[in-house]
Amino acid sequence: MESLTNKKKVLEVKPLNFLERAYLPAIASGLATTMKHFFKKPVTISYPEEKREFSENFRGMHSLKRDENGKERCTACGLCALSCPAEAITMTAAERQPGEENLYREEKYAAVYEINMLRCIFCGLCEEACPKEAIYLDGDIVPADYLRKDFIYGKDKLVEAPLNQ
Amino acid sequence: MKVTIDGIPVEVEPGTSILNAARQIGGDIVPPAMCYYSKLEGSGGKCRTCLVQVSKGSEKDPRPMPKLVASCRTTVMDGMEVKNITSPEVIEARKGVVEMLLINHPLDCPVCDQAGECHLQDLGFEHGAVKTRYEFDRRTFDKVDIGDKIQLHMTRCILCYRCVFTADQITNTRLHGILNRGDHSEISTYISKAVDNDFSGNIIDVCPVGALTDKTFRFKNRVWFTKPVEARRDCDHEKCKGEVTLWYKGEDVIRVTARKDVYGEVEDFICNTCRFDKKKTADWVIEGPRKVSHKSVISSNHYEFTPLPVVKTNPVLMEANKEQFERDTRL
Repeated sequence: MESLTNKKKVLEVKPLNFLERAYLPAIASGLATTMKHFFKKPVTISYPEEKREFSENFRGMHSLKRDENGKERCTACGLCALSCPAEAITMTAAERQPGEENLYREEKYAAVYEINMLRCIFCGLCEEACPKEAIYLDGDIVPADYLRKDFIYGKDKLVEAPLNQ
Repeated sequence: MKVTIDGIPVEVEPGTSILNAARQIGGDIVPPAMCYYSKLEGSGGKCRTCLVQVSKGSEKDPRPMPKLVASCRTTVMDGMEVKNITSPEVIEARKGVVEMLLINHPLDCPVCDQAGECHLQDLGFEHGAVKTRYEFDRRTFDKVDIGDKIQLHMTRCILCYRCVFTADQITNTRLHGILNRGDHSEISTYISKAVDNDFSGNIIDVCPVGALTDKTFRFKNRVWFTKPVEARRDCDHEKCKGEVTLWYKGEDVIRVTARKDVYGEVEDFICNTCRFDKKKTADWVIEGPRKVSHKSVISSNHYEFTPLPVVKTNPVLMEANKEQFERDTRL
């Protein structure tokens, strides 16, 4: 069949000469390149066991902070959610009941606080917006997972561990 | 009578206050008001945020007034010339007033339900310095429960007396008032009587700060995450027109308020049945989305508004407008 564009080029295939037909020199030069890399510094690291040094202002997973008495700082003001360009943060506020003063710093607290890590772009605007210094992106790289629902991190994963543990 | 405010002339009725004359012009030159409420007789003259400079008293007596005057309580004179944002003195004084109002006002905006529609927050943002110079303990009060519908936070009160006037003039009986004097003044109900009147909920709307908030909306959501929609219903109450704003979150009505105009004043007072009991979409006839000022945080991510015409004949006002815009949009 005739070509539609007439742009086809037919390459001339020359017969191989003796050295090329012999294969061995080509294999030897290839192996030499491989062998050379045995004595070089490896360019990769074995990630989960070994970690690269992060920059000081690296932004990783969020953590919700506690104050010096171990009370949760977050007061569910919603400024992080307002500033979030990816709309990854949602929260539900609740009123602190009498007897919970050692758990929450203000009279209002976040009963539910969720960050969708698939939406989050780790820009750090929530950290900047927070008036209570409650959220910081000082964690690790967010680990991979299998299901989408597992990327919605609730307070169980985000809140810092209590002080005395 | 002809008055000139920031170089813009306007014809007004005799007996109009400077503030109302400015409101007839509209735009940047309207002085802010925390205590004055056009629907309440006798309000105004308490907060001093509406201070203006009168650079020419009147046509007959052109001497300027020696001090800044409260525009809500000063009536206009023929040929009066008033300076609001074109006078650096006024801006300076207003900044001082805001700092003064914030002396005892707790900075708990992250907790407060009024945040986002609070006039003191707007003023503080516009004028306030970042830090307070006040070193003493702020005034505190014992918590007073004034019923299951209205939440009183006395620490946030700036003593504008609006709610007292509302209860006096809109409802039939006034059950709350100001107790004590001076720095100890406190809004409370006498012998902790609950405020339960058909129109008592309106004191929530007239409060310029978060001292009186809706208990049914308490901590439900932040105002900027809710969607305001204008709606109406046929209310049985003879004084209530049933024209309200519904604040939606998803499918649920989480709050009902009266409709407010550009100065944050309600258009019609609504009854407590409309405000607290009718929280289903089926109870209302939806009229359409509510127009929100582009300056308000509630309008974040909405971009429709028509700016006022620019006065190009007055370079001083144009410069002042520019400075006002910078104050409004500092971040």
